[in-house]
Amino acid sequence: MVKQISVFLENKSGRLAEATEAIGESGVNIRALSVADTSDFGILRCIVSDTEKTLKVLKERGFTASATEVVAAEVPDSPGGLAGMLQMLQENGINVEYLYAFVTKSRDNAVVILRVENNEGAIALLEKGGIKTLSEEEANNL
Amino acid sequence: MSKQEVIWNKECECMGLEKKKELQLERLKALVARIYVNVPLYNKKMKDIGMEPGDVKELGDLAKLPFTTKEDLAANYPFGMFAVPMDDVIRIHSSSGTTGKPKVAGYTRNDIDTWAEVMARTLGCGNTTNKDVVQNAYGYGLFTGGLGAHYGAEKIGAAVVPISGGNTARQVLVMQDFGSTKLCSTPSYCLRLGEVLLEQGIDPADLKLNTAFLGAEPWTRELREQIEEKLKIDAIDIYGLTEVIGPGVSSECMVKNGLHVFDDHFLPEIIDPVTEKPVADGEMGELVFTTLTKEAFPVLRYRTRDISKLIPGECECGRTHVRMQRVTGRTDDMLIVRGVNVYPSQIESVLVKIPDVEPHYQIVVDRKGTMDTLEIWVEVSEKAFSDEIRGLEKLEKGIRAVLESSLLISVNLKLVEPKTIQRSEGKAKRIVDKRSVYDKA
Repeated sequence: MVKQISVFLENKSGRLAEATEAIGESGVNIRALSVADTSDFGILRCIVSDTEKTLKVLKERGFTASATEVVAAEVPDSPGGLAGMLQMLQENGINVEYLYAFVTKSRDNAVVILRVENNEGAIALLEKGGIKTLSEEEANNL
Repeated sequence: MSKQEVIWNKECECMGLEKKKELQLERLKALVARIYVNVPLYNKKMKDIGMEPGDVKELGDLAKLPFTTKEDLAANYPFGMFAVPMDDVIRIHSSSGTTGKPKVAGYTRNDIDTWAEVMARTLGCGNTTNKDVVQNAYGYGLFTGGLGAHYGAEKIGAAVVPISGGNTARQVLVMQDFGSTKLCSTPSYCLRLGEVLLEQGIDPADLKLNTAFLGAEPWTRELREQIEEKLKIDAIDIYGLTEVIGPGVSSECMVKNGLHVFDDHFLPEIIDPVTEKPVADGEMGELVFTTLTKEAFPVLRYRTRDISKLIPGECECGRTHVRMQRVTGRTDDMLIVRGVNVYPSQIESVLVKIPDVEPHYQIVVDRKGTMDTLEIWVEVSEKAFSDEIRGLEKLEKGIRAVLESSLLISVNLKLVEPKTIQRSEGKAKRIVDKRSVYDKA
């Protein structure tokens, strides 16, 4: 399980830039990031090198931010890699609320961040199916 | 502009001033005697200032009597202000109140007759007779507009079309096919109808419509000109409030220079809202009404919070009813949105009850085309925040639903970041009203 930072963003220009700038100035590195949006607002989700510090600087800058536990899983960086994992989850009745994926220089596999209802259940299932999930420390140091 | 041809009740509407004063005094004495005995609030208020009903000897004594405020109504919700047993109440209406509690008005059979009478006078002010077809586009229901106008039109013997509000396509069809000659609606809705007619290529000059009775929300002279120009009709400003009776408290006549207050039933005063003393004749101040004849829900010196003045002198139309200027503002922060009264305090009292929601809010009222929009900004607290879109949308919908059920009007809810809403020292700036609904004083 790894910790993800979520930040509420009003749909107005410059807010994403300000949030990422706040994180950057504190010397924290963003490892992975995604932005979900509706016509009215957005949510920035990211995995960072220092979760506590990020939460602190964001709150100091007046952002609404929280930490959520998510699953980070490695899937083969090849065609069909993600599909295989999703099929495994679906067959076992685990719904995915959202996910985002990225590739890193340091690993051969792609990393997928998953938000599911039952983190432990998903991790056990994935590990059993031969998919490696990352620890907090591993995710922070991607 | 059409000429004044109709006066519904000449005897009352053109009564000599001396005779009227006698009638008003007689009715005021009877009112005070009645409420002193039957309404605990008035009994207490009068005892507190050491007054008894017998102390009212002339009309000038009115100024010594206690006021009634909307807070009094909230404290006596729902029926504590009624002066008759419920057996005698045959109708109950209500409108929104300040602390989430609606203002409740009860009517006896005589009250309903009085209401029909003053609404008949109102419609008569716009030359309505039994030959007319009255399209009543005020909402029917708890809101006083629909049934108030309905009974007045029926009393005259006009053919009433109880179409109620909304469904603009059907309004246009009825106007064309039924040959409506008179329209009752809010001014903004009337303008909307005018625009739809033009969009559909209907020439208003081909319609039989000649007069609109427009009330339930403030409007400007400029809006009147637009409506009259677009629809080729006379637009009459009518005034009323649930606490006094509903529509039918006062109305413009065809002269369109002030609204005649039906002052044999509703005695108006203008006071300084700060000192609470009557202002000099013809000065601006807060409108205060005493209901001289109402039985179920009489009010003594009710503070409307509406700003106006009484216009001295006689009116060309022949009516001797004193005239008030069209309302030019409020002494409180009440907003009127699409004809519905909205108090910021009401919004606050709803928000504080929702767990995890900060009671920091901002109200933005605007007019898109002809329709008012009410946008409410609410700050997302850490507790209410969710990393899932679904969660935030659920929050948004939930807040909107409780606000709408309390305000009785649709709301655009906008979630904003914390500290977005300005915290001022002292009174927070809660309201941004981008419309111009009042005449410039």
